[in-house]
Amino acid sequence: MNHAAGKEVSADGLSVVLTSVSSDSHTWNLVVLQLVLEELGHQVHNLGACVPDELMVSECLRLRPDLVVVSSVNGHGFHDGLRLIRQVRSHAELAGTPMVIGGKLGIAGPGCDRSRAQLTAAGYGAVFEDGTGLTAFQSYVGRLAIGQAS
Amino acid sequence: MSVPDTGSFGDFVARAHRSGKLVVQPRMGVSDPAAMRAGLLATRKAAATAVGTITLDSYTRMGDNANARAALAAGIELNGYPIVAHDPAVTRSVLDGVAGPDFPVQIRHGSPCPEPIVAALIQAGLHATEGGPVSYCLPYSRMPLEDSIPNWARSCDLLAELRSTGAEPHVESFGGCMMGQLCPPGLLVALSVLECLFFRQHGIRSVSLSYAQQTNSDQDTEALLALRRLATHWLPDVDWHIVVYTYMGVYPRTPAGAAGLLEEAARLAVRAGAARLIVKTVAEGYRIPTFAENIAALETAALAAEGCLTIAGDAVDTGIHAEASALIEAVLDLGPDLGAALATAFRRGYLDVPYCLHPDNAGRARSYLDSTGRLQWLSIGSLPIRGVVGPTDSAKLTAAGLLASLSYVERTFDNASLEQEFHAVSDHSSGSTDDRDPDPGNRSPAARQSA
Repeated sequence: MNHAAGKEVSADGLSVVLTSVSSDSHTWNLVVLQLVLEELGHQVHNLGACVPDELMVSECLRLRPDLVVVSSVNGHGFHDGLRLIRQVRSHAELAGTPMVIGGKLGIAGPGCDRSRAQLTAAGYGAVFEDGTGLTAFQSYVGRLAIGQAS
Repeated sequence: MSVPDTGSFGDFVARAHRSGKLVVQPRMGVSDPAAMRAGLLATRKAAATAVGTITLDSYTRMGDNANARAALAAGIELNGYPIVAHDPAVTRSVLDGVAGPDFPVQIRHGSPCPEPIVAALIQAGLHATEGGPVSYCLPYSRMPLEDSIPNWARSCDLLAELRSTGAEPHVESFGGCMMGQLCPPGLLVALSVLECLFFRQHGIRSVSLSYAQQTNSDQDTEALLALRRLATHWLPDVDWHIVVYTYMGVYPRTPAGAAGLLEEAARLAVRAGAARLIVKTVAEGYRIPTFAENIAALETAALAAEGCLTIAGDAVDTGIHAEASALIEAVLDLGPDLGAALATAFRRGYLDVPYCLHPDNAGRARSYLDSTGRLQWLSIGSLPIRGVVGPTDSAKLTAAGLLASLSYVERTFDNASLEQEFHAVSDHSSGSTDDRDPDPGNRSPAARQSA
């Protein structure tokens, strides 16, 4: 699936919604990811800590981003992330919006293949678990910007 | 309703401090009541002067008790103890025969709207908690300060009512931790004092002022001595003590690096006359620690504290006291109601927490680590400290630079421990064993510094 198909990426780069999940209060991950994305030339809408599902969905409907980045480190990211993408995908306008998730997603350290598979089956284009490093994420965003990410 | 005697938190810490013991405390919370009780019992049995902790889960912190109840019903493990979702009788049974005058238990949560949590802990017979209208709102939620402040005021009022039963409720300010890292010490000290003044304004008579270990031990010592001076000045009529948090930023991943940082925190606490230390574990860099890891951390910290003395006199004064004083006085000048004054201070940028994304934070102040590992202001926005701090740097912040600052402590302590292992291996291969330390964890940068 070519997520960026049919949408011209402007000179300002991708429009990215950057968000945590509703129960997660951490923000350093968001502060750093914003700088990373901005340095790659993209526009970031940083929703901050503890974003309620409804706010996240309404911001996506308003902004129609090229990419949604979900970052969570409190150990609830797997459960909250699954719930979140189901809500996003229930809106036809957001059915094809690329979404990725990363961070510390479970309370027992990097998860098993099954949790990753569940997240991708639910619609996440990529899962960047703790320890993956930034390069894989940067490379995904780079491919998306030139319309190649899948 | 009868209130079981679960012990006075402030009194326990004061007695330990007088007898020269550093009180150590874990962060610990699991959703299963039997397991929570086992964790408290293990803490109580640790070879240390310890107090117990029940850390709440993220759903409860957010007031999302429906999700917490659903998780309990579905048998999903949470990242803490859902004190509101559990029946008060369940929590009482967790505490029964465990909490008492010789083992007080504190509820740690992180909520900007703790009223239901405070009601639940009171129902369970407890009266010690922590947080604050600013420190649990700005970094950890998107709730407006205008809502968090009155909610915290009502929560303090609820706790203060317990004084009529003979209990002495205790509230610890989390203000010394803002964002965990990269907040310059002057602002941390000021926020800790301001929140304790807020608790006092709402009837609390036993408080603790926090300070989270940062990146340079000399700077931390100066900050703690400034905090002590300011607490003596501003809180003359309440019971107070200082609590140090072991480093709250990105944590070392090597076991020796993690232990070295914890030992450094314990020595910092004793040196600067703090009475209590919240520990971190060797698992901190990866996941929520197990009980055994927590107990090991308590004992490591207690041991490190034992061999250390409180320093008399002053540290080198680089201006932390003056900076914190200027911030405190600027807020107090905004009016007699501290809650309203705090809200105004943030609106005007008189208080401005670097890198805090909360909509009520001005977000104009920025900080950085200098080449000696000291936290400095990069820009001060509207903070009323222009005359106190020197000229600020205006270098551009990059992701790489920020990541390097965020991982400075992790790298420093992990590198020291890896270097130690390398030397141990090379010493061994060359046949020379004279120099080897039987415990590589003792040779953290800090240990070398104080040796």
